[in-house]
Amino acid sequence: MQWCFSQVKGAIDDDVAEADIISTVEFNHTGELLATGDKGGRVVIFQQEIENKSQPQFRSEYNVYSTFQSHEPEFDYLKSLEIEEKINKIRWLPQKNAAQFLLSTNDKTIKLWKISERDRRPEGYNLKEEDGRYKDPNTITSLRVPVLIPMDLMVEASPRRVFANAHTYHINSISVNSDNETYLSADDLRINLWHLEITDRSFNIVDIKPANMEELTEVITAAEFHPHQCNTFVYSSSKGTIRLCDMRVSALCDKHSKLFEEPEDPSNRSFFSEIISSISDVKFSHNGRYMMTRDYLSVKIWDLNMENRPVETYQVHEYLRSKLCSLYENDCIFDKFECCWNGNDSVVMTGSYNNFFRMFDRGHRRDVTLEASRENSKPMQVLKPRKVCAGGKRKKDEISVDSLDFNKKILHTAWHPQDNIIAVATTNNLYIFQDKVN
Amino acid sequence: MITTMECAVDAQSLISISLMKIHNSRTQRGGIKLHKNLLVSYVLRNARQVYIKEKYAEIYRMQQYEEVMTVCNEIQELNPLDLDAEDADNEEQARAACCGEEMSLCDPACHKGAAQSAAHVRTASTLLGCSPFEDGSKAAEPSDYRSCCMEASPVSHFDQFSADNNRHCNKTTVLDLDTHVVTTVENGYLHQDCCCNPPQCGQEAQSPGKKRKVEFGCCISDMEEISDFTAARKRAKREDCSYSNPDYTDTSNISNLISIFGSGFSGLLSRQADLEQICSKQALASLGAWTRAIVAF
Repeated sequence: MQWCFSQVKGAIDDDVAEADIISTVEFNHTGELLATGDKGGRVVIFQQEIENKSQPQFRSEYNVYSTFQSHEPEFDYLKSLEIEEKINKIRWLPQKNAAQFLLSTNDKTIKLWKISERDRRPEGYNLKEEDGRYKDPNTITSLRVPVLIPMDLMVEASPRRVFANAHTYHINSISVNSDNETYLSADDLRINLWHLEITDRSFNIVDIKPANMEELTEVITAAEFHPHQCNTFVYSSSKGTIRLCDMRVSALCDKHSKLFEEPEDPSNRSFFSEIISSISDVKFSHNGRYMMTRDYLSVKIWDLNMENRPVETYQVHEYLRSKLCSLYENDCIFDKFECCWNGNDSVVMTGSYNNFFRMFDRGHRRDVTLEASRENSKPMQVLKPRKVCAGGKRKKDEISVDSLDFNKKILHTAWHPQDNIIAVATTNNLYIFQDKVN
Repeated sequence: MITTMECAVDAQSLISISLMKIHNSRTQRGGIKLHKNLLVSYVLRNARQVYIKEKYAEIYRMQQYEEVMTVCNEIQELNPLDLDAEDADNEEQARAACCGEEMSLCDPACHKGAAQSAAHVRTASTLLGCSPFEDGSKAAEPSDYRSCCMEASPVSHFDQFSADNNRHCNKTTVLDLDTHVVTTVENGYLHQDCCCNPPQCGQEAQSPGKKRKVEFGCCISDMEEISDFTAARKRAKREDCSYSNPDYTDTSNISNLISIFGSGFSGLLSRQADLEQICSKQALASLGAWTRAIVAF
């Protein structure tokens, strides 16, 4: 399968404004809408244009649909803490009516946004002029029914719910339940269950805070509901374990139903073993049979029926293992990479450094490294596979590990739920690639 | 675990880098990040373990050299009629021999006979599961351990950490792995130096009846589980009174790991009690060169 450049969104400037740094990317359930969140607290939604039937070789493009300020910086006066407006996660709700709904969250507060279209306006009021001024009733001689006339499309985003004050620590995940009524939010130590309609209370379902904080050994790093079983969710930890919980067992799911853990390879032990084993993302497969976890150097696929080891492990950038010390110094070792499945769970994708991203074809046991860069952004330009030279003689077209730009990192990627269209976020640009249609 | 000397040097720089990260996290936008600080504390612990192991290995090597030299001298100087000298030498040799065993991890120390052994065993068992503030087993604490930490520790004693100063054949330096008391045997006379763990020094000065906690959990695997934040525990107890919000206090305690190392950050931590500052300064004076690197920050 070959991938082609389709579009790139965002400023061309090399000088990146911090507020423009993309912090989350998410397709909605049909793939028609693509949402991004940034460090400045803004959400930008792109919409796929209706396919051009006369030119089927060009898939339709994504254009800006709506932009709004989701979160503002806040100050917690009690703790003397600034609360960042950065959008940590966006999750779409399945569509129920004409409007679209999404959940967006920063470190402390989750908001439900309604995005609705307005493409008609009423005209012909009896008592009002077109400009809104009231008519003198004495001048009215006849009555008419106002009609709706077309107008330029206006997309409005309005906050419908604000779910606040339920998290002491920093929210890292939100996940909508398959029941379409509830969702969970997870911070470092707790997971809360919310009802979408109720904002003044939530249920705490997981609490791993020790009685003595000095005894803290691990934190929650990600959590997700099962795609079909509304009673099941998983959460990953900084120790590299994943716990699957069943809400039918008890109200408080501190005790897991399953614990997924792979024993550490003692020969790989280093100063940084704990850091690189910390899981940064966990995602269920669409069919609900597998889940994928991302730690610093690898992607692992787990069968929900086998707890003692993953069924597949893919090395994302093993050549970094010898560089962990410098990556620790420059803080790159703390980067939280996400991962995603394609629509039929046959391929998984994750990001790396130097604006590289990796795809692993599970069925064919193939992997490829591609690059998101302005240099490769001619329309429909086919992406050339890249290769990193770990050591020894560098071949032509290979990049040596020392030449990698660790400031150019791809942390967030998303795959269209049905088609082979991917959205890849570099620091402040969003690249859209699609597979080459012959 | 990486154990080469080269990595012990890296351990030093890792420790200082980690402390800087913890310090910087206090002023970062968005508040202290619990996850990142937890991971940094793991690196700190790992680096510390390697560094301490290397230091112990070094001391053990010096100690073995001392032992050999002592025996040689003994052979040269032995006068069958001089019983005192012989006893002193024997004592020294015995101590050196038995303290040589201290280098092997988890062995209870055998300073000054069985009573102390019992005390050390109690120390070990205390550490394995109990709160550091338990008073039950502390009654038998030898007074000299207490007193050593009450005194200001002269820097000179700590020079013995470096290989150079152990050229004197009549001095044996012994480090008790359980209590971290450094002992110098000079001409058969015992001098106890200040313990090498600064916060424990400070804590001991504050509450003489309380048992010192071993900070470096290099031997007992259980201790690794509890040792990460144990040094912050005492500070945490004090700070719990000052702040009404336990969650915030808890989070900020993680960053108080800086206090474990008694570094120059003490002046930057506005919440630190005076006593802690004094202890930190004391500890500072007694630390070896590697922590001076941290102070330089």
